Amino acid sequence: MWKFSVRRTLIMIPQLIVLSILIFVLGQLMPGDALSGQVGPDVDPARLDEIREQMGWNDPWHEQYARWMGGVLQGDLGESFRFKMPVTELIGQRIVNSFWLSVATLILTYIIAIPLGITSGRFNDTWRDQLITGYSYVGFATPLFIFALVMLWLFGFTLGWFPTSGSVTPGLEPGTFEYVMSKLYHLLLPAISMALITTYSTIQYLRNEIVDTKQKDFIITARAKGASETRVYNRHILRNSLLPIAAFLGFEITGLIGGSIFIENIFGYPGMGQLLVESISLRDYTVLTAVTLLFGIASILGALLSDIILSIVDPRIRIK
Amino acid sequence: MSYLEVKDLKVHFPIKGGIFGRTVDHIKAVDGVSISLEKGKTYGLVGESGSGKSTTGRAIIGLNNITSGKVIFDGTDITNIKRTKSEATKNIQMIFQDPYSSLNPKKRVVDIISEPLRNFENLTRKEERKRVQELLELVGLSPESILKYPHEFSGGQRQRIGIARAIALKPKLIIADEPVSALDVSVQAQVLNFMKEIQKELDLTYLFISHDLGVIKHMCDDIGIMYKGRYVEEGTAEDIFLNPQHIYTKRLVAAIPDIDPNKREAKRKFREEVKTEYDQSYNDYFDEEGLAYKLQPVSETHLVALPEKG
Amino acid sequence: MADKLLEIKNLTTSFRIKDDYHAAVDNLSLTVNKNEVLAIVGESGCGKSALAFSIMGLHTRAKIDGDILYRDHNIAKMTPSELNKVRGKDIGMIFQDPLTSLNPLMQIEEQIGETLLLHNKEMSKTARQERVLDLLNKVGIPRAEYVMNQFPHELSGGMRQRVMIAMAIANKPELLIADEPTTALDVTIQSQILDLINKLKDEMNAGIVLITHDLGVVAEMADRVAVMYAGQIVEVADVKTLFANPLHPYTRSLLNSVPNSDQEQDQLHVIQGIVPSLQNLPREGCRFSARIPWVDESAHEKHPELREVDPGHQVRCTCYKHFSFPDETKEEQHVLS
Repeated sequence: MWKFSVRRTLIMIPQLIVLSILIFVLGQLMPGDALSGQVGPDVDPARLDEIREQMGWNDPWHEQYARWMGGVLQGDLGESFRFKMPVTELIGQRIVNSFWLSVATLILTYIIAIPLGITSGRFNDTWRDQLITGYSYVGFATPLFIFALVMLWLFGFTLGWFPTSGSVTPGLEPGTFEYVMSKLYHLLLPAISMALITTYSTIQYLRNEIVDTKQKDFIITARAKGASETRVYNRHILRNSLLPIAAFLGFEITGLIGGSIFIENIFGYPGMGQLLVESISLRDYTVLTAVTLLFGIASILGALLSDIILSIVDPRIRIK
Repeated sequence: MSYLEVKDLKVHFPIKGGIFGRTVDHIKAVDGVSISLEKGKTYGLVGESGSGKSTTGRAIIGLNNITSGKVIFDGTDITNIKRTKSEATKNIQMIFQDPYSSLNPKKRVVDIISEPLRNFENLTRKEERKRVQELLELVGLSPESILKYPHEFSGGQRQRIGIARAIALKPKLIIADEPVSALDVSVQAQVLNFMKEIQKELDLTYLFISHDLGVIKHMCDDIGIMYKGRYVEEGTAEDIFLNPQHIYTKRLVAAIPDIDPNKREAKRKFREEVKTEYDQSYNDYFDEEGLAYKLQPVSETHLVALPEKG
Repeated sequence: MADKLLEIKNLTTSFRIKDDYHAAVDNLSLTVNKNEVLAIVGESGCGKSALAFSIMGLHTRAKIDGDILYRDHNIAKMTPSELNKVRGKDIGMIFQDPLTSLNPLMQIEEQIGETLLLHNKEMSKTARQERVLDLLNKVGIPRAEYVMNQFPHELSGGMRQRVMIAMAIANKPELLIADEPTTALDVTIQSQILDLINKLKDEMNAGIVLITHDLGVVAEMADRVAVMYAGQIVEVADVKTLFANPLHPYTRSLLNSVPNSDQEQDQLHVIQGIVPSLQNLPREGCRFSARIPWVDESAHEKHPELREVDPGHQVRCTCYKHFSFPDETKEEQHVLS
């Protein structure tokens, strides 16, 4: 097992290097830089060029990359031009927000997906299954950003049940109970909106696993032992179908990253996704490359997590 | 010189391991097998699952890479030949075990059977169709069925299609890997009879691979018994069935169910005796690794894997 | 008279194909006695597995008519919870492929233990563990303490089938149904498993229904044999009679198509035509008649029934009296009968 994990982790290193180069080069290719927006009648273009030269922005890309990478490895992601503060600090607050949003979304995804997937798989090709499959098709077909806007309009503005922006009510003392509840309250609507849409893949995956497991020979064996239908489902079918779902977790993380970019912007939730879009529009590309890199790392770690979970839960893989 | 000569054939598969997936060991699937097969005869290769019998067959025809050893067919060395347009490929064909999965379900019978023809012979559409119809007739299927798909046939008929494909190029040697194991007895009889018929008609030589000793006895002139990649015994059908020398062969022969219920008790007793003998004399017949020794001749036709005397 | 354990009366098991029900087991009656091995022989598609599944109540989508009387209970009419009390307790079952029939994610101990737990809720965990160990030893698994904690894929085919047998006999059932128990195994393993089943039968005094297509296995194991063709039984006899004096054309054809290890034959007998599929089963007249077209139509009955020709020897249809193989002369036929 550990051999597998070590090998799998080692494979990640070249993946990360390629990813970082790609992100850096793409950042460089973007038109303009942090100073382009400052061009105005009262600014001397020659002065801007001077600053560029000073900052080393005219050096060949690989030199700039090496400088950047050197910083990254020491935990220094550079300085934001617009916020005039270290990127690490800027990200620090937001990464926590995004993390809790993701956790809440994941939990809600499973709360919705597991009962629906089980019902759909157990009673496949009945009206229940068709209803649930119908829902997951709608989830599949509805664009997340439109759905999120509708949710925000309905529950946030029209009904006023949920706050419409921010991650916490201003003025509360961090660490108090009110503060935590306020945090939770703020992330609930974005998390529900995202979970309702992204859960379709987990429902369908679970449904297909169950339909598949139902037809296995060992299910007949279980019935021949005298196990009741409920026990056959709980002990044999569910257990064997939920394991692959556990492994699916890692891939959900990748999906969450994409979703959070929309969600955080629509709900004005100060997380990494919002920061990403902001940094693009402001040409704040030290922030941009840093955020993209972190997203990339999260995806790769998600895939790693999937493989490791699968190798832990499945004895057939565990042995090797 | 015999028709097919396999000399000290070895097929080793690497086992990957460690963090970097290096080759740490080898599975010796076939470990020093020699076969010599006369023209027009049927040679039976017997063994239990994992004995290496199928790997041997596949290595001869070039579907498995040969680690060392030689395969000589009709005087030419065909060791590790490429399975493309060589003369040897044309002359050696294979019949597979499962008539359900070895035929492409999306292809019509005419395309399945004419596939080898297209690779080797430049025939016009019309000639091709005629050849396929002749072949179908030869294997006892109606020539009208050329436009059907494999799923429209029964198991026995499908195996006949497999045979028709194998004999399309008028091969001289057919390697049959468990050709009847997936079939019911009456269908099995059909296929076995038919294989015997075309053997006479087309002067075919068979390498017949099977775990079923009843079928082997019915079909084969000479027999080789494999265990863990090595031969334990080789001889004529008579040598093997009436005078088995190696304890493994004895056990195998004793395990064949007898079709006469009156002999049941005697048979069971005999099996127990052989089992006792097997347990007692295991070390006389297998080396420290539990593998068979080198073959030693006990008569002109009969070879048994025994430790060297002295 | 032997002690009746299971009595099947007019059982019809039908499957729905498109809009119609087709009987895979067609109006079949049969008894299984205590301490006997009843072999049910036939080729694939004859309905023998459908019969085994009916006895266990394992069909989920089939329509079942008729009675399956086990002691005084009618399995065919049981509710699911009543059925669950019988399955695994009074009737155990062994399947063909031990690899796919065992749960790949469960340790051996848990799989066997489940059978015990289901029928004896009071049994303590340690008692259950002991009993599992005991069972594994009984079916001849070496290093049982170690095997208990293994997963199915870590065992060889023969060992897996022994685990299946341990599971089936865990609650000392009176009836054991073995559906092609050795088909997936090598010949030396097959003989070991058959010997094991035989040994257990004597120990448990159980009745065994052995479903197989292998006549060699029948000759080795059975006390009585029922030959099935197209959903019906065509011949029943004790094993010695059946092999010495087979009557029904199908039985005789089957026997002749096996490569016989004793006598040298160049050509094996081939049954003409193919086993008809479920939708195309002839439902009237002698179902085997299409496979023996050279026998005159008048030889068959209109509504063939299973009739006793000798005590304990039953044959369906009258065509057996007029049947001979095409290459066989009439004189030989006379000598035979």
